[in-house]
Amino acid sequence: MNMQKNKVNTILATDCGSTTTKAILIEKKQGEYRLTYRGEAPTTVEAPFEDVTRGVLNSILEIEELSGRKILSDDKIVSPSRQDCGVDIYISTSSAGGGLQMMVAGVVKSMTGESAQRAALGAGSIVMDILASNDKRLFHEKVKRIRDLRPDMILFSGGVDGGTESHVYKIAEVLEAANPKPRLGVNFKLPVIYAGNKKATDKVSEKLNKITDLQIVDNIRPTLENENLQPSRDKIHDLFMEHVMAQAPGYQKLMDWADAPIMPTPGAVGEIIKKISKKENISVVGVDIGGATTDVFSMFNGKFNRTVSANLGMSYSICNVLAESGYDQISKWLPFNIDEEDLTDRISNKMIRPTTIPQSMEELIIEQALAREALRLSFDQHKQFAVSLKGVQQKRTISEAFEQSSSGRTLVNMRDLDLIVGSGGVLSHAPRRNQSFMMMVDSFKPEGITQIAVDSIFMMPQLGVLSSIHDEAAIEVFNKDCLVRLGTSINPICKSKTENVELFDYSFLYKGESFKGSIVANQVKLLSVPYEKVEFKLVPTKNIDLGNGFGEEVIVDVFGGEVGIMLDGRIKDLSGNIYIKDKNMVSDWYNKIKVYNL
Amino acid sequence: MSKSYTPGLKILENTKIVKERKLPLKGDIKCSLGDKVKNSHIVASTFLPGNIHMVNIANQLNIDPNTIKDYVRVEINQEVKRGDILAENNGLFGFFKTQIESKLDGKISNISKSTGQIMISDPEIPVEINAYIDGSVVEIIKNEGVVIESHGTLIQGIIGVGGEKIGELVLAEDENIDCKGKIVIISKSIDKSQYDQYSSRGAIGIICGGFHYESLSEILGYKLGVAITGTEEIKTTLIVTEGFGEVEMSKKTYDILKKYKSQTASINGATQIRAGVIRPELIIPIERRDENYKEFDEQDLVIKEGSKVRVIRQPYFGVIGSIVSLPKDPVVIESETKARVAEVELNSGERKLVPRANLEIILD
Repeated sequence: MNMQKNKVNTILATDCGSTTTKAILIEKKQGEYRLTYRGEAPTTVEAPFEDVTRGVLNSILEIEELSGRKILSDDKIVSPSRQDCGVDIYISTSSAGGGLQMMVAGVVKSMTGESAQRAALGAGSIVMDILASNDKRLFHEKVKRIRDLRPDMILFSGGVDGGTESHVYKIAEVLEAANPKPRLGVNFKLPVIYAGNKKATDKVSEKLNKITDLQIVDNIRPTLENENLQPSRDKIHDLFMEHVMAQAPGYQKLMDWADAPIMPTPGAVGEIIKKISKKENISVVGVDIGGATTDVFSMFNGKFNRTVSANLGMSYSICNVLAESGYDQISKWLPFNIDEEDLTDRISNKMIRPTTIPQSMEELIIEQALAREALRLSFDQHKQFAVSLKGVQQKRTISEAFEQSSSGRTLVNMRDLDLIVGSGGVLSHAPRRNQSFMMMVDSFKPEGITQIAVDSIFMMPQLGVLSSIHDEAAIEVFNKDCLVRLGTSINPICKSKTENVELFDYSFLYKGESFKGSIVANQVKLLSVPYEKVEFKLVPTKNIDLGNGFGEEVIVDVFGGEVGIMLDGRIKDLSGNIYIKDKNMVSDWYNKIKVYNL
Repeated sequence: MSKSYTPGLKILENTKIVKERKLPLKGDIKCSLGDKVKNSHIVASTFLPGNIHMVNIANQLNIDPNTIKDYVRVEINQEVKRGDILAENNGLFGFFKTQIESKLDGKISNISKSTGQIMISDPEIPVEINAYIDGSVVEIIKNEGVVIESHGTLIQGIIGVGGEKIGELVLAEDENIDCKGKIVIISKSIDKSQYDQYSSRGAIGIICGGFHYESLSEILGYKLGVAITGTEEIKTTLIVTEGFGEVEMSKKTYDILKKYKSQTASINGATQIRAGVIRPELIIPIERRDENYKEFDEQDLVIKEGSKVRVIRQPYFGVIGSIVSLPKDPVVIESETKARVAEVELNSGERKLVPRANLEIILD
């Protein structure tokens, strides 16, 4: 982008999701960048509108209508801006078309295979499979798998520099035999990124150069203790633009319009999560729940991880949430009875007509019950995957390198978690913020004292890509208009599973008035405190831990928010799920936290 | 003003139909531009690569992979039979040779100096594609396939399972129908037992108004998680026109199908509700085109006052009505969601506010 940053007054950003395309308008007013208008329209990838720009134009038309500002002329974005017409920057992210679907390969699944997976996930892709020398599949099974999956791209790593070559060649031979074809466009060669043992480069090229669009980058794992993900990630982004996006309907036009490369949506959200964590020096879990996928991001002790649950979403893959979770798990969140056939038919109708919205309260409650399960399942997957990763370059000792998976599991420590940030339609557009708050608490099951926030109108993706070209504007809008501080959830860790026993006493002083009370098992309480710091004294009983150990008093600063402070006495069953005795119990919780009027 | 499009399914009589028939890999085209073809005519063919088998020569002969060429007795692209010698060493003074035999019939596709392995491919698998509909070849996509143009009726369903089938249309409401090799039209919602009943009587396809998700899971043997279908190996292709649950086929669709009873139709249950959306379809080509035919116009999918619509979500799921007005400002609906709505006069005469996102246009 050639324009000087201080001359940027109007920014238009879109996010082409799998279900809807969201546009935001950011304007510089009285010296500060603020979000001024937002438009939304269904993503147009279905015939006869097999052109993503139609949805983009429709979402911009909504902004034009609301703002009175003329942005389009002859179905094109007017740029640069003049007085009350056009914009200075147009940028976009995209996850439409099923996002970026990749296969990765490594010599040892838990080492170079995992490094390749981290690089691919960090770049915003969905990892369809990991091929490795030790994955216990026969040669022809691997070949068949590649042919069947038809990924958009393959990231091929393996061997430290100067290490094994023969295993690298064996994987190259699998790829050679499969002669893989891309998902989109039969006239194109499949992009394969080789990021393995330098010494094997020539022979790998010999095998793959003719049949694939082979790209060579620095080794992802030059030594056992050193992980170098950035060159592979950068190459993935480049190839995503050149091959995948260019093949998708209408993207060529969109790419021509945009002033910065189109970023995969999850990559953009990840950028923002990292920024929050670094700026406030806190542990953060972020989630972006979409129509097809749910992405979970975490930053603990400066280590960033991202997972994508490719088939856990709120529309296209909603039946997969049903299949994985089951009727019982979903219906337990409903304060009313509904028979299985009726519920499953309603859910499957959402799958086949993904752009519909809940009109009745009953439909909304069902949709939010499904969101709880999609979030829970995605977070479980994240906890299983999250492994140590220190930004771009990571140094490990040899012993740590051999323990990647096990050490990874320990990274997501709920007691250390300071903040959960939710994004995505079902969280950002919930009619009541209390609903978003409760969905996140119910599915993430925080322990101790955890702040909850939500992306106000689902604009983190756009701000993520904006931060790559105009950091100042992105951060200003993020703080003032994007992040909504909902409040804090206080969740004791209980040894006992007994109902009705006292869990803890609380007391605090707010605006000169003193408040105190106690919480018993299965009781929830909401304290309406806005976003400000309040000093709490919490005195747990002997089987309860609130951060300082069982039975130990805690004096802590707690932040309120748009929802307030939730004192959560709900106990968990043996499998770690929130114990729900009956419909009355769940209705009572929803009423107390003002989730629904029941 | 912004246009609200609804994802209307095509229910078009007397329309131009264009079908791209493409091979999964590059291959040969079996027809010429302008050819008149029947639905069963093979228009393109290719070969899919056969399965791959590896034989580790270096390991078995205990040699350096680099020297493999000195030991192999076959060449790349050579056909081999089970028992043929692939490689052998020199043994001791020409005796006690170790010989490695092929364990299958196939073709040598690679001999690797890097890994010391020989790769044998199973015979290639022939793949042919037919024209699918009666029509004319209007485009040849070099080495990839053809485009067939026809004229007739096109009905899209909302979801389907099972692949392409061609057969005569019969109505379930008619008494004592012979289903064998035919496509059965059922206006109502059905369940697995009814599906099984027609399938066991030889029906190759069923088109129905509604179906139950649990029944679909039973037919498939698994719960359908995402709507990407078409490759299921089921005897009877199923196309659902309206959705899951107790919902009847729209009158317009049923009346068209009724009109073409006994005619040959091509159907495909393949559905993909993702980018490049594919909906299941039923096509009835007609030989003589009506000169007054109307091309499909995407502007018809713009929702406007007077548009005929169907509600596609509860609480009015399946109900048909007409748009009375389109309030400009978003309205807070029962779920407390703020949404752009349409005022719809239902067939019962009642007027209701319905989110525009929950409406599907019914094309005239």
